Amino acid sequence: MVAAVLSAGPALAISDPAEMLPDRVQEERAEAVGRQLRCLVCQNESIEDSNADLAKDLRGLVRQRIAAGDTDDQATAWVVARYGDFVRLRPPVNAVTALLWGSPVLAVGAGAAAVLLARRRRVVAAQPLSEAERVRLAELTGF
Amino acid sequence: MIDRRRALLLAPFGVAVVAGAGFMTVLGRMKAGQFDPHDVPSQLMGRRIPDFALPGMGDGPGFGAADLVALKRPVLVNFFASWCVPCVIEHPALMALSKEGLPIWAIAYKDTPTAAGGFIAKHGNPYTRIAEDRPGRVAIEWGVYGVPESYLLDAQGIVRWRMAGPITAAIANEQVRPLLRGMA
Repeated sequence: MVAAVLSAGPALAISDPAEMLPDRVQEERAEAVGRQLRCLVCQNESIEDSNADLAKDLRGLVRQRIAAGDTDDQATAWVVARYGDFVRLRPPVNAVTALLWGSPVLAVGAGAAAVLLARRRRVVAAQPLSEAERVRLAELTGF
Repeated sequence: MIDRRRALLLAPFGVAVVAGAGFMTVLGRMKAGQFDPHDVPSQLMGRRIPDFALPGMGDGPGFGAADLVALKRPVLVNFFASWCVPCVIEHPALMALSKEGLPIWAIAYKDTPTAAGGFIAKHGNPYTRIAEDRPGRVAIEWGVYGVPESYLLDAQGIVRWRMAGPITAAIANEQVRPLLRGMA
């Protein structure tokens, strides 16, 4: 029972079984491709998750291409050619997205640099007493 | 030492003020219609329109990519639908642009001739030709993701401007007309 529930995976928006490809392997590939494509109407859902009309059309077109023999990458590229990199929920690494992908490294780097700088400054603080301080200390302690 | 401490104490307020000013600017521009966070840049910008051919709506003639290029003059391609509320908002601006001599060719998106015909009878007809894309398949070729959506082509059939959303009077003034003057 638990296994059955777990293996069912996330609920998809396919409302009509007729949308699905008869070939199970192809259908699973189409779902995997569609889960990485953004629905442009809702923008935070994949076309597999969205009930929008356009998402339904794009689901159908991805299935058409897979059934016609496209690889997963070719089917994705077909949609990207029309709607741009923005439709990919996982954006590619290129000049435009370099800052996006690099931001975790930059953030950790900035944090590490701040910690190192703070440490170094604190270590420098210990310095021998000046002559005036030594005299004052002797006065106070009586040695 | 005290100065540094004070600077550190004030830094978060400084960050908050700068971020707040940034957000205010973004919200202001959104309100003025100059910025749409959901806008997806068109892949057709600066490129030739995709090949297509569509039937006319009702008894009128349809058109395809070749017809638009054969015009050899700037033309606005407008995807609209009778069921689309923002299309009503942009209609006066389209009427004005068409009256000034800009040809506007329409593609009725997922619509029926009866409903689209009723829409035009009610709001006026700014269109030179109206083609019908009932399955919405040609719209996907163009990268359309909602209606209304408009593409301004130059005399060579290259996409020079795209608007996803209604062309308001302000947008017609600030963007469409200056571009048309540049193309003339």
